[in-house]
Amino acid sequence: MFEAPEIDWLALAPLIVVLGAGVVGVLVEAFVPARARRMTQIVLTLAALAGGFAFIAVLWPQIVVQPVQVVGGSVTLTPFALGAQGIIAVLAFLGVLVVADRTATGQDAFAPTASAVPGTSYEDLARRSGLEQTEIYPLLLFAAGGMMLFASTDDLIVMFIALEVLSLPLYVLCATARRRRLLSQEAAAKYFLLGAFASALFIFGVALIYGFAGSVRFFGDPSRPGVGVLPAIQSGAAQGEGMSVLLVAGVLLVVVGLLFKVGAVPFHAWTPDVYTGAPTPITGFMAACTKVAAVAALVQVLYRVAIGVQTVDPEIMRQLQMVIVVVAVLTMAVGTIVGSVQTDVKRLLAYSSIAHAGFLLVGVAGFNSQVQASTLFYLLAYGIATIGAFGVVTLVRERRVTPGSGEHNGPVGDDGVVLGEATEIAQWAGLGRKAPWLTAAFALFLLSMAGIPLTAGFIAKFGAFTGAASGGLWWLAVLGVLASVVAVAFYLRLLVVMVFQRAQDDPAEPLVKLAETTPGAAPGEAEVSTSGDVSTGATAGAGATATLTTVQVTTAQRIEVTVVRSRGPAAVAIAVCAVATVILGVFPSPVLALVEQASKFVP
Amino acid sequence: MDITNYVVLAAVLFAIGATTVLLRRNAIVVFMGVELMLNATNLAFVTFARLHGDLTGQVLAFFVMVVAAAEVVVGLAIIVTIFRTRRSASVDDVNLLKG
Repeated sequence: MFEAPEIDWLALAPLIVVLGAGVVGVLVEAFVPARARRMTQIVLTLAALAGGFAFIAVLWPQIVVQPVQVVGGSVTLTPFALGAQGIIAVLAFLGVLVVADRTATGQDAFAPTASAVPGTSYEDLARRSGLEQTEIYPLLLFAAGGMMLFASTDDLIVMFIALEVLSLPLYVLCATARRRRLLSQEAAAKYFLLGAFASALFIFGVALIYGFAGSVRFFGDPSRPGVGVLPAIQSGAAQGEGMSVLLVAGVLLVVVGLLFKVGAVPFHAWTPDVYTGAPTPITGFMAACTKVAAVAALVQVLYRVAIGVQTVDPEIMRQLQMVIVVVAVLTMAVGTIVGSVQTDVKRLLAYSSIAHAGFLLVGVAGFNSQVQASTLFYLLAYGIATIGAFGVVTLVRERRVTPGSGEHNGPVGDDGVVLGEATEIAQWAGLGRKAPWLTAAFALFLLSMAGIPLTAGFIAKFGAFTGAASGGLWWLAVLGVLASVVAVAFYLRLLVVMVFQRAQDDPAEPLVKLAETTPGAAPGEAEVSTSGDVSTGATAGAGATATLTTVQVTTAQRIEVTVVRSRGPAAVAIAVCAVATVILGVFPSPVLALVEQASKFVP
Repeated sequence: MDITNYVVLAAVLFAIGATTVLLRRNAIVVFMGVELMLNATNLAFVTFARLHGDLTGQVLAFFVMVVAAAEVVVGLAIIVTIFRTRRSASVDDVNLLKG
């Protein structure tokens, strides 16, 4: 006989709202007319994330007092988990604002039809008829819902499913860039193959843990006392068996799977490629939200294992700690050292994200209870700065200028066709003059990532390093500070280029670069020629001559760097991120008090 | 026959799958390696379920199968898109992103 389980629907409400809205979004695709679809999707997505956050706020006072296990522990809402959910909802909201912005060019960052082969007439047709891929919004919601679940479960199999629910939409989203489509597809393929490999390692680890304990839940099901990973460790120790090989191997594989999602060395290889190739708004969303979910899950798994192992076998515990320490040191070293020689802004931010994974792990390696609070604060500070920074990157564009002819104009209409993002660091020279406010915001995000006082990043790093030091790892905290200093150097290098260098108005140099670019540039080319065709098409007739002129014009064109105006959402997101970075840096105490309450993850 | 042999078999299959992922160059074959790893996991789950005498492991194997199917949908879509663009599914040819 089966008994219907009692379900605390309120505790599940944040997840249900976000994932349910994702399902509704799929229906919107089917039933809402194309004109209204995009607006409907954006409103639905933002409303769902705001609604999810509202439920989290409602649940907060109750969960802080009494954590709950829903459906026998499948969803374990501890203050830590709920805090992570809240941070994910906030960051996803900001990320979606950046995604929703079409900028003054009237085009968003996504391909009209992602399935069209780049450079074909079908792609041209789709672009000219103004198709839009609005499925990205439900995909974002599914990913956000998966992340929220990933951060709040005690059950390893639920964690595995949440891992896939968050990863699969991200793989697809990576492949949907409007420009540089080959890079985008390549990023998706790399992310997918490595991600699938990592999740296979994770699930095999889960199988081994199941073999050891007969359960995949750490604390077990309240209705079946004595069954669970922690009870199994205790009883195994009581019988004098010591630690099982199955448990050690299983935990290691699970941790490797999680470290992959965190982007820690030696499992970081995908990060720079995927962050560079994915559409920039998606990069921001994924860099911020995935990091929160993955680190929250990693902290919970590690600390729950620690609860069981610490008393039984301190030697194994010390070894587990050493693994995390080594990974943290390697991650900081690779992130900062390799990051300091990058020439591409998105790639630089990707290495910065790797370095931050290292700083986070420094805190985690301390294995003491304050760390959970400081980790949550760190994730919030890092996420806000990251979404803001990638939001700025979406607005700095290349523009193809045709001297002396007003008729080859593109979407903007003043003096050139706006192309893709200008991501070379050298191209950012002189940005401070072109767009002072945007540069100021970007500078603020960089300073926060560097951990300069009066920004959120400083408080966050201080918390993480204090965590390591109070866990007895003084030297690790010192290494962390040293790595931060190296990181400051590479953030400052970018700042100096933006603020103090003059813009290079050299027409010859960027053209050479364009010619060198591999097929990835082809779609961009095609796009320009289409918009050129539109204007010349009006004069009709002289087909051959028209083509000839286009070719001649192309040789005279040059590429400039311009800043496109946001249509609102991205500007709002960047402004909110900038203000939040300052507020968290100057008056951190209210948020610190909140995360302090969250430093509990035992149900 | 000793039931732990099945656990050993699962571990061997898993190792073969992992080796395939790391050594083979064709994206489809790499992906088959991942599938082999997932199926090795299923074997391990079912064997442990038998060892422990409870059904959880068998149920978990179903979850893994469903997830594997979902992964195939997304993975093959991405690989086929790349193949249609480049006429190649080799992981050595996807080399625009580096540094």
